[in-house]
Amino acid sequence: MRFPASLQSFVSTFVHRSEINGEMEEELRSHIGHRADDLERAGLPRAEAERRARIEFGGYERFREECNEELSGHFIETFWQDVRFGLRVLRKSPGFTAVAVLTLAMAIGANAVVFSLLNSLIIRPLKLPQAQSLYMIEEGKDDSPMQSYPDYLDLRDRNKSFDSIVAYSIDEAGLNTGGNPSSAYLYVASGNYFDGLGIQPYLGRFFHASDEHGPNSAPYIVLSYAYWRTHFEGDAGAVGRTVQLNKFPYTILGVAPPAFRGTELFYAPDFWVPMVNQEQVEGASDLNHRDARGTWLVGHLKAGVTPAQAVADLKSVAAYLAKSYPKEDDKMSFSLAHPGLIGDMLGRPVRAFVTALMLLAGLILLAACANLGSLFAARAADRSKEIALRLALGSSRKRILRQLLTEAVLVSLMGGAVGLMGSVALLRWLSVWQPIPTLPINVQVNPDAKVYGVALLLAVVSGLLFGVVPVRQVLRANPYQVVKGGATGSFGRRVTVRDVLLVVQIAVCAVLVTASLVAVRGLARSLHSDFGFQPQNAMLASTDLDMAGYSGDRVPEMQRRMVDALETIPGTTAVGLVDRLPLGLEWNESVVFKDSTTDLKISNAAAEAMLQSITPGYFHAAGTTLLAGRDLTWHDDKNAPNVAVVNREFARQVFGSEAAAMGGYFKTDNKRIQVVGLVEDGKYKTLTEDPEPAVFRPILQAPSSSTWLVVRSNRDPQQVAASMQNTLRNLDAGLPFTVKAWKSQLDSALFASRAATMSLGVLGGLGAMLAVTGIFGMASYSVSKRLRELGIRIALGAQRQEVLRAALGSALRLLAFGSTAGLLLGLAATKVLSSIVAQATPRDPLVLAGVVMTMLLLGLLAAWIPASRALKADPLILLREE
Amino acid sequence: MTAQAQLLPGTLDLLILRAVSLGPLHGYGILLRIGQISGNALLIEQGALYPGLFRLARQGLLKTNWGTSENNRRAKYYELTTAGRKRLREETEDWNRLAAAIASALAVQPEEI
Repeated sequence: MRFPASLQSFVSTFVHRSEINGEMEEELRSHIGHRADDLERAGLPRAEAERRARIEFGGYERFREECNEELSGHFIETFWQDVRFGLRVLRKSPGFTAVAVLTLAMAIGANAVVFSLLNSLIIRPLKLPQAQSLYMIEEGKDDSPMQSYPDYLDLRDRNKSFDSIVAYSIDEAGLNTGGNPSSAYLYVASGNYFDGLGIQPYLGRFFHASDEHGPNSAPYIVLSYAYWRTHFEGDAGAVGRTVQLNKFPYTILGVAPPAFRGTELFYAPDFWVPMVNQEQVEGASDLNHRDARGTWLVGHLKAGVTPAQAVADLKSVAAYLAKSYPKEDDKMSFSLAHPGLIGDMLGRPVRAFVTALMLLAGLILLAACANLGSLFAARAADRSKEIALRLALGSSRKRILRQLLTEAVLVSLMGGAVGLMGSVALLRWLSVWQPIPTLPINVQVNPDAKVYGVALLLAVVSGLLFGVVPVRQVLRANPYQVVKGGATGSFGRRVTVRDVLLVVQIAVCAVLVTASLVAVRGLARSLHSDFGFQPQNAMLASTDLDMAGYSGDRVPEMQRRMVDALETIPGTTAVGLVDRLPLGLEWNESVVFKDSTTDLKISNAAAEAMLQSITPGYFHAAGTTLLAGRDLTWHDDKNAPNVAVVNREFARQVFGSEAAAMGGYFKTDNKRIQVVGLVEDGKYKTLTEDPEPAVFRPILQAPSSSTWLVVRSNRDPQQVAASMQNTLRNLDAGLPFTVKAWKSQLDSALFASRAATMSLGVLGGLGAMLAVTGIFGMASYSVSKRLRELGIRIALGAQRQEVLRAALGSALRLLAFGSTAGLLLGLAATKVLSSIVAQATPRDPLVLAGVVMTMLLLGLLAAWIPASRALKADPLILLREE
Repeated sequence: MTAQAQLLPGTLDLLILRAVSLGPLHGYGILLRIGQISGNALLIEQGALYPGLFRLARQGLLKTNWGTSENNRRAKYYELTTAGRKRLREETEDWNRLAAAIASALAVQPEEI
């Protein structure tokens, strides 16, 4: 095929246009010069000879134009001719065009959306100056992104590879800007945060390292642009105003620029507060605790320093820390990760999931191409008469192929355009979507030039891909045969390219259907699995007494009053209070030592346990079963011996058995604590976690001001919520709190599996749709090819069954073959899924049956119309036709 | 100069190939050679030669290189490629068949039918 060659000359004509034009001019002028020389020799004066030579040459400009066209091989004219003809042909068969365009629109749209996710979560760095050199520092074998503040100071001051290292963590605080106190989301950031990242204020100024003069010395707030717009109506006078943060006066220093949404992609804060004021913001200060690891560190590498060199440098800092603080910083090691997704903590699963999605989307596009390839092949066969006629009239095969390819690319570009429009709408919506209403979690996935580029590329490539499927068919077409004999029955070949394409496509669709069914099943199961608590019929109220100005002994006193007051609500069966709600995206882990351990180094720890502070009655209110021993009581206070209730996993890990745990002692946080009760295991961080050891301590012995009130009631939730609000407001009108059902709070824990299931479901649906159109195309093609044969069979007395078998047998065989292959592949692939969707197991008879049923139904659905056409074949009409 | 015949469409390419087959020539030289070998019986607009030359070069039938002419001018010389030689042979045969057929058709006398 000469198509690429002419394309090449077309391109080079453009690229070297001036050079070629210059050469052409010179050649033409050289001709006129030679002619003038001859004329001069014949006796004409030079000027006259040149004039004559020019006249004899003819229309100079016209010939130059013609030469140009010859050079580019008439590329543009032929191209437009092809486009016009292609559009005419496509308009003539609107059904075919619509199916093709829609198929591609879905496939390319899905790819654009997934690529956009990939682009904004993984490819595109944070929108910060020199984001390429920005890294997050992680620690230990499990790449924990959490560091302690004292370690941060050492890392900041002792490293030689970073321009600056900044520290931050996210938190929630009560902010009173003059009206009602409401809770807001913030970054607690080191003083060098803005300077280290290289951000300039939009209004006012930022806080700096020089503002830090010890604990609570910098009562300053920097507002985010969005919060300033929504809560201060964009009033420039807001800068300099004093607001109440957890009842402490803070001064608004400035406003961050609109594009700066902090250093985490998922979390856009309302404002920033200096880390030295942690005590006022969070109610307690960890600034002096080397083992309280709760801040995240990012920093810009110095120019010319590679990540490997930086890691080596950090290694020497780690060695220093281990030597100086063997108790807390034993065996430390640091590594670097890309920032934006809390390092590798979110980054790794997100990367894995989005990459898997991208692969699936690619498969969808491949299936769509296979689908359209066979559609185009079928069409080329239907158009064999037209093609034969054109060949007979002297058109070259190359010319016809070029025209068919142009047609294919036209279709794919139209599909791409439609798909892109759809995906842009979806992405706009995703960018403002807040999956968890109570948290400022939201991702900007607006498409950029890269996304449009990829969509265009995919459209062109897929157009060429399915456009070349009918090539061989055209090349082998014999015009005389076709024009003479009508349809060309290609007998003999048992397996065609179309068959292979269809099998591949069905297999891909079966993979997608399997994957999405596995995910849906997994989600359904995890919704009904044992959390270790009963979210049904339980209401929650989140309160932070710290935000309302309570401190010291007034905190537990108020907590007890709240519990007591809520117990009086009619219908209430139990009320409890817990500082870290299980599956509430917040947790507190602490290392635990056996009673016999004396050297309390991290490496000697018996377990790392989830730590919760609760009131008596929490287990009852949460629906957690007490297996042995006693519940905690209000008498387990500061003056009583330290006690705790533990779960089974804790008993197993620390004591070896449940029986040994009862009455036994363990050590944590420099306290010796006795186990007085045993409760069932539960889920604390995520649904997919392995059993975690957990410790429940009486809130009077392990105080906490930020808590969740759990109210179990047998009344209508709405009514209970209203009573709870009244009760709490009566106790303290200035207390910020939110009331909701525990079930809706769980949405956040289930968000990842929900999102995964939803996207897989959509892709599975797309796959199913493609399978239907693919099988439909194949079946109707095979029926229309054999309609005459079927008519004869009917005329000779064939039964309906036999006709159907003849018409659709091969299509259904291919379907069965492809589905089996896809099912097996899908089962292999779903192992990957189980890391994201809890309890997603491929070896589930329901899933297997579901996939088989789905594929069977799809096959039946797709084959229905062609089958009824085959049965209605009227031998008389068919035989008369030819 | 005697009366000149108009060229049939498509025959200019054949003439160019034939002219060049006798040795490398520049554009003006090809024109002179065609005049010479056809006995100046054909009317060719001089500029019309060049689109044909570019077409044949693009199809890979002619190869080109710049040189200096006998008049001491820079000129682009054309030469037949192997593909060009093959094409010339084929087109010559086609032409001869066509010419013979037309000629014999025109030569037919009523009594010969």
